[in-house]
Amino acid sequence: MLPTEFAPAFPETVLGLGICLVLLVDLYLPARWRDVTYLLALVTLAATAMAVSDIGLSGTTLALGGSFVADPLASFLKLFVLAALATVFVYSRAYLQDSTYNKGEYYLLGLFAALGILVMISGASLLTLYLGLEMQALALYAMVAFNRDSPVAAEAAMKYFVLGAIASGCLLYGISLLYGVTGTVQLAEIAQALRAGGADDAVTLVAVAFVVVGIAFKFGAVPFHMWVPDVYEGAPVSVTLLVGTVPKVGAFALALRVLVEGLGETGVTWEPMLGVLAVLSLGIGNIVAIVQTNLRRMLAYSTIAHVGFILLGFAAGSREGIEAALFYTIVYVIMAAGAFGIVILLGRQGDDADELDDLRGLSQRSPWFALVMLLLMVSMIGVPPLAGFYAKWWVLAALLDAGQLWLAIAGVLFSVVGAFYYLRVVKLMYFDSPAGEAPLRQGAALRLTLSVNGLLVLALGVFPEGLIELCARALG
Amino acid sequence: MAGTLFFYTLSAVLIASALGVITARNPVHAVLFLVLSFVTSSVLWLLLEAEFLAVVLVLVYVGAVMVLFLFVVMMLDVNVAQLREGFTRYAWLGAVVAAVLAAELLAIVWWKPDGLPMAATTTPRPADYSNTEMLGTALYTEHLFAFELAAFLLLLAIVAAIVLTMRRRPGLKAQDVSRQVAVRREDRVRLVQMKAEHDT
Repeated sequence: MLPTEFAPAFPETVLGLGICLVLLVDLYLPARWRDVTYLLALVTLAATAMAVSDIGLSGTTLALGGSFVADPLASFLKLFVLAALATVFVYSRAYLQDSTYNKGEYYLLGLFAALGILVMISGASLLTLYLGLEMQALALYAMVAFNRDSPVAAEAAMKYFVLGAIASGCLLYGISLLYGVTGTVQLAEIAQALRAGGADDAVTLVAVAFVVVGIAFKFGAVPFHMWVPDVYEGAPVSVTLLVGTVPKVGAFALALRVLVEGLGETGVTWEPMLGVLAVLSLGIGNIVAIVQTNLRRMLAYSTIAHVGFILLGFAAGSREGIEAALFYTIVYVIMAAGAFGIVILLGRQGDDADELDDLRGLSQRSPWFALVMLLLMVSMIGVPPLAGFYAKWWVLAALLDAGQLWLAIAGVLFSVVGAFYYLRVVKLMYFDSPAGEAPLRQGAALRLTLSVNGLLVLALGVFPEGLIELCARALG
Repeated sequence: MAGTLFFYTLSAVLIASALGVITARNPVHAVLFLVLSFVTSSVLWLLLEAEFLAVVLVLVYVGAVMVLFLFVVMMLDVNVAQLREGFTRYAWLGAVVAAVLAAELLAIVWWKPDGLPMAATTTPRPADYSNTEMLGTALYTEHLFAFELAAFLLLLAIVAAIVLTMRRRPGLKAQDVSRQVAVRREDRVRLVQMKAEHDT
């Protein structure tokens, strides 16, 4: 059927064909049949997931001229991305149905972003990694500007686009220097060339610095975080939900492939850099989040803080640290999806209800979803027995094992600071009286998925062994 | 020796025109500087015996992309004065960042004991060597995956551009083809009887 050379990239091929199908079908559908596009997008994701599980968690194959790698980590991350994106689509549909811009292109661009992320996850050469990154970024730029009638969205998209282009430029400059030093863009060969010598060469150091800047921007780490709050607040909620979840897995894959697999030899250089970025992110993220009155802006700064923790895992510079970073990324995406799902649930037609005050008295309006939000917030603080606790605990344990005592102390201190604004959400929900009696958004799919999402945080906290083992196996 | 001299002259022109792009007050001049820098870099590629790439750069970038750029710049009538309003307010910040970056780069280049390794000189290829063929072979075998990805990236760019620009809004001057086709003679043509005028 396919040339054997393309066999490891079968999931990407399926997704690519699915994108073409969705594009053509959506073109001829009247607006009232938008749900067909939605269902087709979900079917595409499911078919891609089946193609991934066909490859499974076994063995490492380098294909397509050494630019594509299919390994256990790739399969694991791809399945997670596809599942997370399906969840995002379910939440978004409830939101888009009530909005004035319920276009099929939302799902189409979402699928494009997924294709980019899948390519990044399997990227074994800097060229494909960069192309995947650009595909994901381009889809997200367009999605942020989706609501053309909103000047705030236009401003957010403009900032995101300009800063993103600069970051891509930094990354490309680093890549070109690396190519100059090693004479290849393939990560395995770069690692080999650096082992043979030149790892502490002046040019290599500059190249590593530029690559780190590019990666830090994609993560949204301080001081490259300027776009995060504006994009989270300005974009339509459905897009914020997408930007805040799946791309973080892509950023993790990018960091892992480039820094650990390609530039592992220069770890002495980039580990302290990531350590600084991590502490800054933890500090600025947690402290600035306290003064926010908008729920989405608060979640944006909380994202920055969580990114700090993920980077701490990398900064530990050990196998355990990277496993912890992987676990943290997965748990973070689950928590963020749930939190933005609650924002969508609170909103109604023409009113996003994304101020913190809109959460007042949620426990009286809907005891169940107040409990779900409680689980998510408490998990973000890192209280046992929720998933967020194990994520933080594992990162800190890895740091202590690696002898990075000060980084661990910074992580703990800023987590305590961060507890304040998460607990304020809980206080608003449980101890304040509701401001209005507006009903929550209906929709069985939204409510069911959101409930499962909340319970997953609890389940992963009570039984973390399965995911921990999976993370270790994927990287092992 | 002549090649080296040629290289440095071209590089100087390239850097000067690149500076021109970002300093020119008139956007049309900036675009023309960009054209100059593209032409110079294509000559640099000729020096490296990459004839095909050099020709394509001129054809695609200078011939097509920059002409489009010029059209857009002329049609948009960008108000440069308005764009420059915040310039002096933020200039110091930009200068600080640029100075720090430059200092770091210089520090690494100069203060490193071993310095920067020089790139090896390229050996000239025989006359019957076709770099177009080599490029095609590399593109469609080794880099096939990246090539396909680039195709999808372009498709995405088309979709994104259409999503962001095609929408109903008041005052839109788009054609409605079905109304154009359905128009009748009576709607558009009015026959007027006029008295013939006489020369007096």
